[in-house]
Parts: sequence; C-alpha cells; structure tokens
Amino acid sequence: MSIDKETVEQVAHLARIELQPNELEKLSGQLHDILGFIDKISTLNIENIAPASHILPISNVLREDVPHISLTPEKALENAPSKQGNFFSVPKVIE
Amino acid sequence: MELNQLTAHELLAKLKSGSTTPDAIGKLLYARIQEVDARVNAYVRSSGLISSFGGLPVTIKDNICTDGLNTECCSKILQGFRPPYDATVICKLKEFGANIFPLKANMDEFAFGSSTENSYFGPTHNPWDLASVPGGSSGGSAAAVAADEAIWALGSDTGGSIRQPASFCGVVGLKPTYGRVSRFGLIAFASSLDQIGPITKDVEDAAILTQVISGYDPNDSTSVNQNVPDYTKSLTKDIKGLKIGIPKEYFVQGLDPEIKFSIEEAINKLKSLGASIKQVSLPHTEYAVPVYYIIATAEASSNLARFDGVQYGYRAKADNLIQMYKKTRAEGFGAEAKRRIILGTFVLSHGYYDAYYLRALKVRTLIKQDFDQVFSDCDCIVAPTSPSAAFKIGEKTEDPLKMYLSDIYTISVNLAGIPAISIPCGFTKKGLPIGLQVMAKAFNEEMLFKVAHTFEQNTEWHKIKPKL
Repeated sequence: MSIDKETVEQVAHLARIELQPNELEKLSGQLHDILGFIDKISTLNIENIAPASHILPISNVLREDVPHISLTPEKALENAPSKQGNFFSVPKVIE
Repeated sequence: MELNQLTAHELLAKLKSGSTTPDAIGKLLYARIQEVDARVNAYVRSSGLISSFGGLPVTIKDNICTDGLNTECCSKILQGFRPPYDATVICKLKEFGANIFPLKANMDEFAFGSSTENSYFGPTHNPWDLASVPGGSSGGSAAAVAADEAIWALGSDTGGSIRQPASFCGVVGLKPTYGRVSRFGLIAFASSLDQIGPITKDVEDAAILTQVISGYDPNDSTSVNQNVPDYTKSLTKDIKGLKIGIPKEYFVQGLDPEIKFSIEEAINKLKSLGASIKQVSLPHTEYAVPVYYIIATAEASSNLARFDGVQYGYRAKADNLIQMYKKTRAEGFGAEAKRRIILGTFVLSHGYYDAYYLRALKVRTLIKQDFDQVFSDCDCIVAPTSPSAAFKIGEKTEDPLKMYLSDIYTISVNLAGIPAISIPCGFTKKGLPIGLQVMAKAFNEEMLFKVAHTFEQNTEWHKIKPKL
C-alpha cells in the first residue's frame, strides 16, 4: 500500500501536528518506504489466528471503588502553562 | 580502583562494613561526571548535591517520573515538567535506601530511537568511541554506567532500548517479563511493550536491581501479582545439562561477521561449561520489525495525544484551540516523534485498521507461539543482541528504516512479553563491545541470571573498561 501527500496531510491534521511544506515532502517519502516494508505482513496467512491484544493471560482487572485522596487541584495545576482559579486555561473555543 | 568504578554490590558491601560512606561515593561520582560528561553527554541533569543524600546513587532515564524533579523525556514538549508523584520504581528504590536525586540520563525523545540521537539535549557519545552512538533509546543510562559516571542505572525497553545500548556500551542490560515491573510513572511510549529494567556493570548488580523494582502494583493493572523470587539465589555458576536453543533466523544475512564470530565463541564457551546446544527455529522472526512498527506507533500515537499544551509542558501561542494544539505539537516534538505519531495515526485510521493494526496483532500471536514452541523443549535461547556493533553518529539518521532494522534481534522479545538480558561477550577489531543476548520464558528471569552469571564469571569481558 502506498501513501500520498494528501493522505499524510490529512493524517497529520487528525494527529494535530502542523507540517511545514518541506516536512510534508520528506515525511511522505519516508512513510511510503516504511509502509512498503511493513506490507510484508500482508503475505502471511492469518486465518483463525486470534489477535494478541494482550500478551499475558489476565483480563478484567477490577478493584473496589473506594474513595481515596488523590492529587489536590493545586498540585494537578502546578505544571499548567496557563490556568485560572482551579481550571486549565486554553484559547477561546466558542466565538 | 576508585569507588565510582566499583559495582553496586561491591559498594553495598563496603557501606555495610563501614569502609566507605555515601558521601565519599557521591563525591567521586560527581567528580567523574565533571571530568567526562562534557564529552559523553550521558546526563541531562546532574548536580553536586549527590553527596548530601544517603544511600547509593542510581541514574534514572529521563522518562521515569521523579516527584518534583524535572522529567522531560528529552523532549521540548515536556520542558520544565516536574511530576507531582514518584514512579513506583522510584518509591521502591527509596525504600531500598537508594539516592536517585538528581541523576537523569539522556535518551531518544520519548524513547523513539536506537541511537540517542533524537534527544532534545543533543546526542550521547559512546565511551568506547566518542564518534559512535551509545545505542538507544536508553543510551544515556548505558553510557553513564560504561564510563563509570554511574554506579547503576534504570532504563526502559520497548523494542530493545535497554539491551541494544547495553551491548553497544559493553555493560549488562535486562528487560524483565512484561508485567514483572510496574509501569506506573513511566511516561508511556507503547503500553503493551514497555518495561523498566536495570543497566549495570555486572549480572549480580542486575539481579539486585531487578529484585528491588519488581512486584505487583495496584497502580498498574498490567503488573502481575506473582511472587518475586530472591534473584541473587540464581547467581550460581552451574549450567550443566541446560538446554540452550540457537535460533537459525538470527544468524542470516545482515549479521556482521565479527559479531557472528564472537557469538559463536560464546556459544562454544557455554557448551564447554556443560550446556547442551540445539539449533531451533523462530520462523516468524522476519515479521517482527514490521509488526512492531505498527503496534508500537499505534500505541504511541494514542499515548502522546496527551501532549497538547494544556496540562503541562510547552505551549505555542495561537488564536484558537485547534491551532494551539497543532503549533504546540509541531514545535514541541522532534522529527522522529512526528513520524511515529503520524504513522501510528495512519495504521489506526478508518479503512486501514484491519489491514495494518488488526493484522499486526494476529502476527504478534504467531511470534509469541514461536517462542512457546521453542521453550517447550529449551531452557533458554541465546543469540546476538544486535546485528552490528555501535555505528557512527549521523550514519543512520537520514534513513529511518535502516535505523529500525538495528533492533531486529531485540524486538521479538517485547512482542512475546518474555524477559531477556544482554551481557558483554567480546570486542570488534576496532575495539567496540559486542553483546550476547539470553532469552527465557515469561517470569523466568532466574534462568537469565543463571546463564548470564555463569558466562560472565568464566570470561573477562565485563572487566574491560573504556579509556576516556
């Protein structure tokens, strides 16, 4: 499978990464090569093989839902680039 | 030998007998860092405060959270990040009495790389040849241990990031079984593959450090509630009668003849020590790298979505929210991080999910079954850690695919979830270290320590130090 520049641009938008024209050019070529290599797995017969979504034989790890002390709002906000009161602050979303 | 050149177990014995003090160790270590780190660049943060804390200093890879102390994954996007809590492994080290402050080791940004060239803080240099890479992504940890500017260190291994730099730097590196060590507080790259593990000067130190960090943690639902054995008890020097499998797929074209020679010598050594050697097959080996670069990038694209300029780290100026996200991530991530996030987003996207991600998970099952098959008849597997010795800085940076292929012998272990260790087993003609890899069944780290310790104690490779 190959990948064109338009697809790379669309995927980069989905991943919320702005690409410069030279980056887009270079990346498209590299991703094309990488996908060409990865395509090797398309030749394998995988009929009736279960996907290894987890490598250990454990499932449904549950715990009691008991309230406990967690991070305080002050601590949780300590690293915020911008904050107001007890909130993370971001550029305006609604016009 | 100076204190900073000794192994941790030698220093622990000296501390116990009262023949040295934590202060003396800290001072010498700091002097060594001052002496060599301008050339090696193994550290992104270190200070003379080492000596003012009790215990034995441990060097920590920059992706393991330390409460209140900068943890930046060597990325611009996490600049200034001070975690509000300690990773579980750090809590365990503190209980052990270790001093972790403030030795943070260089790494590839978010552990994306095999050479430590993708660090925001510039590359680490291999202590054996400063023009060569130390391997990666835990290259800072491995170089620091090799250069005696660390007593021992923690790294993380997603596709070989502990074992490959350990082999390039001539030290010991272990990736534990998936679920053996808590990942709580390890800044996630690929959650189904990541494990924290030790990088040390010898196998005994690796056993001690693995012991300290292992165990169930309610904060990591993938950690396994299984008893942690006393690993120092497996440091016997007896491998008589052990069945060792040699996978033929690891000795094909692409393996450097010098590496092949050293590994074959090592296999002969193990045979002379009483092990029986058997050729085995891991038929899906050639699919491991493609499978890895689908699963690991898919998980990375999801894990790294959290770096958006809102909660922590770097934020770019922009007028609206979407632009803020896009500019922050464009300016905050390096080229390899962008490449992997975009590739991962692609393989998970509508229309490609079945062909790439789902198919890769199925091939992962086949790779795991290969190992199950071999371990039904063998106690462990022995192979090279890397197809070549350390390559030159800049040699592979323009060709990501070439770089990815340098992990060809380490990746399968992560996909299968099993443990593996790399130990020194020789040098190339140019004087670069070569690593021997031993792999075992899940939760059988004891087998690794037994085989690795026996080999090490019957050879001299681990005693040779680089001249800096």
